[in-house]
Order: sequence, then structure tokens, then C-alpha cells
Amino acid sequence: MGGYLARRLGQAVLVLWAAYTVSFLVLYALPGDAVDTRLGADSGSDITPEQIAALKSDYGLDRPLVIQYLTQLGRALGGDLGRSFDNGRPVTSLIAEGLPATLAIAGAALVISVLAGGGLALLAAGTRHRRLSRFLLNLPPLGVAVPGFWVGLLLLQQFSFRLPIFPALGNEGLRSIVLPAITLALPTSAMIAQLLAKSLSQSLAEPYADTARAKGASRSRVLLRHALRNATLPALTVAGLLTGQLLSGSVVVETVFSRTGLGRLTATAVSAQDTAVVQGLVIFGALVFVLVNLLVDLLYPVLDRRILRTTPRILITAEGRT
Amino acid sequence: MKFTRTAPRTGATASGRGILTASLAGLALLLAACGSDSSNADTSTKAPTQGTDPVSLAAGSATGTPTADTAAPVAGGTLTFAVANDPISLNPSSTGSGNDTLYVTRQLFDSLTEQDPATGDVIPWLAKSFKASDDAKSFEFTLRPGVTFSDGTPLTAASVKATFDDINTAGAKAASAIVALAGYTETEVTGDLTFTVKFSEPNGSFLQATSAIALAPVAASTLAIPYDDRASGVGVVGTGPFTLDHYTKNNEVVLKKRTGYNWGPADRTNTGEAHLDQVVFKIVPESGVRTGSLESGQVQVIGGVAPQDISGLKDSGFGLVVRPNPGLTFGLTANVSRPIVGDLAVRQAIAHAVNATDVRDTALNEYFKVATSSLAANTPGWADQSALISFDPEKSKALLDAAGWVPGPDGIRAKDGVPLHLLTAYISNFGPNQTALELVQQELKDVGIDVELWTGTVPDLLAGQQEGKFDLIWGNSSRADGDVLRTTFSSVASNYYKIDDKELDAALIGQQSTADPAKRNAFLATAQKILVEKAYQVPVHELTTVLGTAKNVHGVVLGADSRLSQLTDASIG
Repeated sequence: MGGYLARRLGQAVLVLWAAYTVSFLVLYALPGDAVDTRLGADSGSDITPEQIAALKSDYGLDRPLVIQYLTQLGRALGGDLGRSFDNGRPVTSLIAEGLPATLAIAGAALVISVLAGGGLALLAAGTRHRRLSRFLLNLPPLGVAVPGFWVGLLLLQQFSFRLPIFPALGNEGLRSIVLPAITLALPTSAMIAQLLAKSLSQSLAEPYADTARAKGASRSRVLLRHALRNATLPALTVAGLLTGQLLSGSVVVETVFSRTGLGRLTATAVSAQDTAVVQGLVIFGALVFVLVNLLVDLLYPVLDRRILRTTPRILITAEGRT
Repeated sequence: MKFTRTAPRTGATASGRGILTASLAGLALLLAACGSDSSNADTSTKAPTQGTDPVSLAAGSATGTPTADTAAPVAGGTLTFAVANDPISLNPSSTGSGNDTLYVTRQLFDSLTEQDPATGDVIPWLAKSFKASDDAKSFEFTLRPGVTFSDGTPLTAASVKATFDDINTAGAKAASAIVALAGYTETEVTGDLTFTVKFSEPNGSFLQATSAIALAPVAASTLAIPYDDRASGVGVVGTGPFTLDHYTKNNEVVLKKRTGYNWGPADRTNTGEAHLDQVVFKIVPESGVRTGSLESGQVQVIGGVAPQDISGLKDSGFGLVVRPNPGLTFGLTANVSRPIVGDLAVRQAIAHAVNATDVRDTALNEYFKVATSSLAANTPGWADQSALISFDPEKSKALLDAAGWVPGPDGIRAKDGVPLHLLTAYISNFGPNQTALELVQQELKDVGIDVELWTGTVPDLLAGQQEGKFDLIWGNSSRADGDVLRTTFSSVASNYYKIDDKELDAALIGQQSTADPAKRNAFLATAQKILVEKAYQVPVHELTTVLGTAKNVHGVVLGADSRLSQLTDASIG
């Protein structure tokens, strides 16, 4: 188990490093830099090339790429993600400030996704009506396909502008969370529903389900007590993807609903080519993924006792095969 | 079981890359969603300067605030104002995010002078009098006595000197301010309230520039804060009618009325304390959400009304505050160093092939004016060039024929085997740009000119301009002073268009060599005539700024630069 953990931690570090490096290269491959983006608008003006050069040198943007990369990586290892070019604030505190607001809508969205997605899958698997089942199974692709900003605007139109139930703007109060969370939950509910419905139908076709039925268990008992327990495990494997969906979805949702948070921070930082902030967010996102996936791996034995009984040796071989 | 064991790990590796792709995809969506939204089509975040002329104002704010404000304004209340962009920086001399930043900072900072929106004249504000030398190299100011910063310290000549010196040291960090101080040598303090600003070269537009927020005096305590740390606005102190309560990034800026304020400029009805107790600027990126929030009463004023939303708001009885933007009009500018558009005949042919009225009617609406010169009609120094502008495709064809451009089988002309193909660049800072250009593309095709449209980000555009890759560039630049022509077209500034024209340069540099408005205007008239005659720029339409207001909001006005003026006259009820 110890070796397994060490291996996972090593992988995590590798993922973080790769995310940092790839994002650095992508950001620096773009034409121009933060100075150009900021002064670009003033292109037809009296700012002298000397003044621009002085500003670039002040921010270290004139140094060779390798040096910039190594200095920033070194600082990042010490927990210093640099400062925003835009407003001079430390990237770590910008992320810390944005996190609670994003967590609020992402957390609510996760709850909604599990309830709605899970409910839909159970209903589709449990119903005797084949047509209803087929209809329900056709909903998830739709949920993934509709663009978030469009859904967000529709919800605003109906439940904020037409019927003044929820506020259209801002972060204040519980009611401000509802519409953004629903918008954000749409694609993730669909993902859960699709995956769970598939593994439920697989589980229901397993011999143990037949055995249970033969023993006289009711339809719902077979579904909820036997099939669901086994079908939940595969659904859990996509937790990392769901987290990714929630984080990237927040870019659009927070913009449409005029909320603060990591999504808005990402949107503004990218458009200003505020590289330090963008990289900080990439690192943060990668870190969340790594942690979620590690957590899921550690949760398996708790949910399925059979995993606990397997020896560490087998675990490691299984590892090696992937 | 193998399935469940392996899946998470694939998830983990995919996820590392996943976030990037995912967020980039999210971003693409977002940008697509917001592309048509940035109604602050101002490419220029360049702040210094403002201007106007009586004609436009009459056409402008008259349409605006509902009913004449005859009754005494109601005191008190909170005005909630939705803007599209986070201000980024509340430091008056730094760039921030453009117009939306200036809407906020205007409330916090006063300027040495005011540019009267009704006349375009520069009138006293914090400076009760001012005088330029004949060579436009030195400017004497006398401050109004009794003005204090919101930290209680008095405004003195030393405060102004310290502010200007600070900008000069900050250099390009103070992007909006430093351009107005080009050639700055020093500010000489000649008394408690008198000082002289000196330049090594003529700075004819300086007086007008002092009316901008970028050169607003700040208190000594502000200057003690390192320049990079002033963006939050905390401790950044001006003499304005409002003070900062708090600023939450990407969410809101809350301002409180400053009691005891009594030094507003003479163009305001109320030169004293604001009627409102509080102003809340909400950051609402989506233009549809701003409009919906106004209609549902969640905010009282919105900025950046999209052109397509204007008539809807008007029909439902909301107030509109409308004012055309002064400065460089939207149009096509040729990069003269490119082989094809280097030819005068081709440029003139383009000019006569574009039907500006048709473009305005198709891509925009009656709130936007058809351009009559390279300068918008409410820019001081504007000279009407309509006589030289005409839509005449036959003339275009004749010009091209004479220049040796022969139509091919597909209708596109060619000369010596080179097709008449022009790469035309624009950025989507203003929603209707694409529609406008697609129409222009069609119109030019009708006379045998093949236009390829290009769009990208600001740095992409700049990189392309520097390489000399584009034949034509579409854009505008808002500024309430004719000097915008010098910074855009003269060979002494950035010179992106490589125009090498001694007469034009002489006029553009001439207008900056004197502070006498009559002389400046004469130079500017010459420059505008040359620009249109030689078709360096093909003017198409003006930009208009539109604010939407709730029915019970009064006294919200746009300044000479068509940006929000101070809200001292604003009231609710």
C-alpha cells in the first residue's frame, strides 16, 4: 500500500509539472504578451518604444524564455505563483478569494447532478415502459449538447427578468446560487445519468440479479439493493471528469450570472494575457484533479470490500498494466 | 473489477490535459458569447482627452433622460449602475479596462479643467485659470482655493507637481497619462496655488488632456503607495464628489457621496454635493443580462447598450442617454507600404465603392451617424468633408480601368497577373463590425476588388500590422481631440500605416505646435481634407455611446468624451 501511494504521489507531481510546463509554452507561444495586450489599445499613440521596453524589462518579459520558465518554476515550487500583471495582487490570494464562490455553485451543482442524474438513470432502468425508458435515455446527450450560456440566459429570462424569483446578478445570498448551480449541473447530470444507466443495465443482466429475482426479490429491491450498489462504482470513476466539467463550466456560468469566482478570474486573466494568473489557475485545476482522483482510488476499498481483500502485490500489477 | 480499478487512473492523466482543453473550450464559447457584447467599441483605452460640439449634444442627450428635470431633484438613495467590465485598476493614471474603468474613476477624481460637452471648450475646474505659451511648450495654471482631497489634505500646486512627476516616473505603466505628458520636463511650483508645466516640445493638446481623468491630481498619501499596489483603489485619494467604499473584483464598486464637495465645474447644474448617497457599479459582462436587469428593475442604469437593444428599450419607455463618440470614425485605413493600396487610384476606387449610408442602415441604426470626415462631427476641429465623399461605383471602375486593373472571368480585376486581392483586418471589439465589413466586402466585389476578411485578438492584429501583412485595417479610436489624427496617421507616432506624406505630416504636427484653438483647427481641417482626398482613410460611420436608464432616474449625462460624467446631477425619483 505504501509503494502504491508513493507511486500515485509521484504521478501527481508529474501531472502538475506537465500542466505547468504545457500551459507556460502555450501562453508564450501566443503572439504578444501582457504588455502588448494592455498597450495594444494604445497602439496609435505617443508611447515610445523605450517606455515599452522599460515596462517589459520591469516585469522580466524581456529575458530569455528558458530563464523566465526556470525562475517562475522555482518560485512556484516555493508556493509563490507570482503576481497578477493586471492589478499587482498575488495570484495565490486571487485564487483564494475566488474559490469560495465557485465552490458554492460547484458544490450545489454536484448535489443536483447526483440527484437528477441518478434519479433519471434509476427511473430509466426501473420503468416497465420501454418508450419512457428510451425517452429518458435520450435526454443525457441533449444535456451535454446545449451550450451553458444559452441555458443560463433562458433561466435568467424566465426566473429573474420575467418572474422576479431569483437575482440576476452577484454572489449575495443563497438564492443567487440556484440558477447558476442548475446551469452548471446540466452537463454533469447528463454525464452521471448516462454512465449510471449503462452500468445499471449491465448489472441487471448479471447472473446475481437473476438469482435475486428468482428468490422473489421485487423489481425495486433488485434495482436498489443489488444492481445500484455495483453500478455506483463505475460512476465514481468519472469524479475527476465531473470536477473538470464543473471548473470549466464555471467560466461561462459565472460570466452569464455576473458572479465572482475562479471562472470569471480565468476569463479576465486569459483575455488580458495575465499569464501568472492563468498559470496559477491551471496549476490549481490540475491539483484539484489529482486530489479528487487520489481520493476516489482510496475510497474504492471502502465501497467494495473485495478490493480490500486483494493483496498489495496484485494492486501494483494492476497498476502496471494501465 | 479490472474496469473499475483502471478507470480512475486514465481519468487522472486525461484530466491534466483535460482542464486546459476544457477551459479553452469554455473560453471559446465565452468569447463567442461575448463577442458581440463589447459595446464599448473603443479600441483606445487611451483616456486623455474629450471633446464635443453643440450639434451632437443637441442630437444626443436630448433623446436621453426622460422629461425635463424641472422638479427639484430628490436627495438620497442608491443608484445601481451595470457596466460590462471589471475596472481592473482604480488608479486614475493607469489603464484599467477602458471606458468602464473611467465611468468609476470619474466619480472619484476631479481634473484641472473640464471640457464642456455643449461647446467642446476647455473650461476651469480645479484650475480656476490657465494659460498656454505661444509655442505650446509651457502652461501656467492657478488652482481654485479651498479644495481638499478626501483625506482632508488641501489641493496645492505641489500636489499637482507630485502627481505629474509620479506619472513621468511610472512611464508606460501610466499608459493613459504618459501620452499626454510627451516631452514633459518639469512642473515648476510658483506659489501655493500656481504652477507652470513645461515641455521640451510643443504639446498643443495638453490643455484638453488636463480635462481627462488620467491627469487628475491625487493626494500625497496616494503617491506614497508603490504604483503597482494602487489598483485596488484603497488609499488612492482624489478630490471628487464620491469616495470609495469598497471594490470587489469582478463584482462591484461601491461609492459614497463626499459631503462638503462644492467645486464642480460650471457645465453642471449642481456644482455641490451629489444628490445620491451611494452609487453601486455592478459588473455584468453579458449585454443581454444588463438589459434584462434594467427591465426587471434590478439595476437603474446600464452602460454599453448593444445597438440591437436600443429601440426595444426606448419602446418600453426607458430613458436613453445617447451621445456620438468624438475622435477617429470607423473606417478603412490603407497600409500605404503595401503594393496594391500604395496606389492612389486604387484607394480612391475603394473610397467610391463603399456605400457608407447602406453600411450604417444595415449593420447599425439611426443612432449611429454616417461619417463626414476622419473625425467624428462632435470632435473639436472637425471639418466636413462630405463634398469629397461619394458613393459612385462607376467612378471606381473607371479609376481601376485607367490604372490598368482589368476584370477577369470571375469579375475580380488583375494587373500583370496580380489579382486585386486585399487582406482586410478587424477586431471584434464592436459587435456590428463583422456585418459592416461583409457588406463592404460585397460592395468592393461589385467593382472587381476581392476583399479577404481577417480577424483576431489585439496582439495578433498588432503583430500583423508590424509585419505589414494587412492591406486595409478597419477600426476607430475615441478621443475628444483632433490630435488623434496625429497619433494615428503621422510618421512621428506609431506609424502603422506607413503614410509618407509631407503635407499631411506638416498639418498633423502643426496642430500640436500651438495651443490656440483657431490655429489648431485650421491645421486639422487641412489634415482631414488630405486624408479623404488621398483616401488614406475611408470614413464610414461614427460610434455612439448609449446608456439605458430607469424611468425614475434623472440627470445622468455623458461628458465631452462621451463617457459617463460625474453623477452630481443624478437623482432617483
